[in-house]
Amino acid sequence: MSIPEGLQYAKSHEWVRVEDGVATVGITEHAQEELGDVVFVELPEKGASFSAGDTFGTIESVKAVSDLYAPVGGEVVEVNDALNDTPESVNEDPYGEGWIIRMQVSEEGEDLLSAGEYEKFLEEEG
Amino acid sequence: MARFTPHTDDDIREMLEAVGVEALDDLFDDVAPKFEGSLDLPPVSSEYEALKDVAELAGRNVTGLPIFLGAGAYDRITPSAVSSITSRGEFLTSYTPYQPEISQGHLQAIFEFQSVISELTGLEVSNASVYDGSNAVAESALMTARLTKRDPKVAVSAGLNARYREVIETYGVEVVELPFDGTTDYSGVPDDVSGVFVQSPNYFGAVEDVGAASEAAHAVGALAVAVCDPIALAVLEAPGKLGADIAVGETQPLGMPLVFGGPYAGYMATHQKNVRQLPGRIAGETVDQDGRLAYVLTLRAREQDIRRARANSNICTNQALTALAATVYAALLGPEGLREVAGLSVSKAHYLAEKLGEAGFALRYPDAPFLWEFAVELPDAKKANEALLEAGIVGGLDLGDGAMLVAVTEKRTREELDAFVEVVADAV
Repeated sequence: MSIPEGLQYAKSHEWVRVEDGVATVGITEHAQEELGDVVFVELPEKGASFSAGDTFGTIESVKAVSDLYAPVGGEVVEVNDALNDTPESVNEDPYGEGWIIRMQVSEEGEDLLSAGEYEKFLEEEG
Repeated sequence: MARFTPHTDDDIREMLEAVGVEALDDLFDDVAPKFEGSLDLPPVSSEYEALKDVAELAGRNVTGLPIFLGAGAYDRITPSAVSSITSRGEFLTSYTPYQPEISQGHLQAIFEFQSVISELTGLEVSNASVYDGSNAVAESALMTARLTKRDPKVAVSAGLNARYREVIETYGVEVVELPFDGTTDYSGVPDDVSGVFVQSPNYFGAVEDVGAASEAAHAVGALAVAVCDPIALAVLEAPGKLGADIAVGETQPLGMPLVFGGPYAGYMATHQKNVRQLPGRIAGETVDQDGRLAYVLTLRAREQDIRRARANSNICTNQALTALAATVYAALLGPEGLREVAGLSVSKAHYLAEKLGEAGFALRYPDAPFLWEFAVELPDAKKANEALLEAGIVGGLDLGDGAMLVAVTEKRTREELDAFVEVVADAV
């Protein structure tokens, strides 16, 4: 199970990487595996603002629809439009090409886990 | 292996204990006590007696009369092949095709229905049908709000079926009225509406300018919803090609008998890009694990059975049987047959209008280009209808303001048309 260092993780299985105040958000390897083949990602509008923990979109697979939760608070500055045509990127490269949104951070996340803590969390959950 | 494994007595005892009651009957303590005594009912009838009683009741119905009443549902010829197929057990009593592996026939039938609607409307996707035309209209109003991200507010005119408009309002959608004089004036569409409705042929039977309505809608950032009788779509240009974003309507004229107003089936079609906002069920074509062509219910996240709070609508079903009737009818007649049905209806209606004109009865909207339905001015429509019924004819809709809405279908004969004129002329 890939859980890269250098990222922070939410218990709702989103990952976040913050660089120069901009957070890139996606879902973890574990999450994409549980979901199955992703067929659609409902992206927010650029400029939309969310608090940490808010639902910013949804992700739909062949068997379920899940809400996506903002791990940090801020304004959406970029969305991964490529997902409209190739939603499978989320399955194939969840930490790279499968990124979902980028936010200008204005509020820190709460209860975010390190890679090691997330790994432990998965063991306990499973 | 047994298909049904009942609870053992031990299972039951364990469950009762976990829940905290002594006996099974205790679970029903809140329900009204069991009725002790006897109900005041007549003695039981044998099958023969029961059938005899029902037949006597049914015998009081008057059937087989020529019908000139339209206003949304039309007395058209229903080929025997339609009921022959819809009464097959596989279709008549089958449940929802949630398991594609045992419902391929059913799913393919739905897919064919969607294909027929798509072709008639000129729009790429269609759903598996909704309850009826009014349901489709109201759902499309909500759809325009979701797609434009505006409050649900739509522009309609008196050209939209009065009952469809009522249902739009029942759904909590705000309605603004556009001027109407036989056809609708789309020049003053408010700029905050989410949708503009254009019914063609309209409630009074006339062809409306779907292109103009669509332009007027788009000019204010709203969507255009065309409401069309599918038989008319055999001879009118497809609304999707004229700029309509959504097309909806009633499929009853496609092979369904009138049956006192239902069950019918409403259709909804739209452009591919709007598919995720389309309510209701959708059958899709795909391949199975061995690469063979297969049908499934698709895009289910739009529906309540996957995502209740964010579903597009409360509907997560379709009118499978009546939609099948429409599909069989359309497939049996084909484009040429449908054109013939439309053509016959148009010429017979115009013949009737002409004869009524000769007898001194003018059209309410003489400049409106009508197909097979028109409003004729009568001093006393109620009296006319009474006389018609006496003569064994069901007259048109009394509009209550000195006119009658008359529908003529391919089913009407020259004798019936001439008799209509004669009786009305005599009565009023």
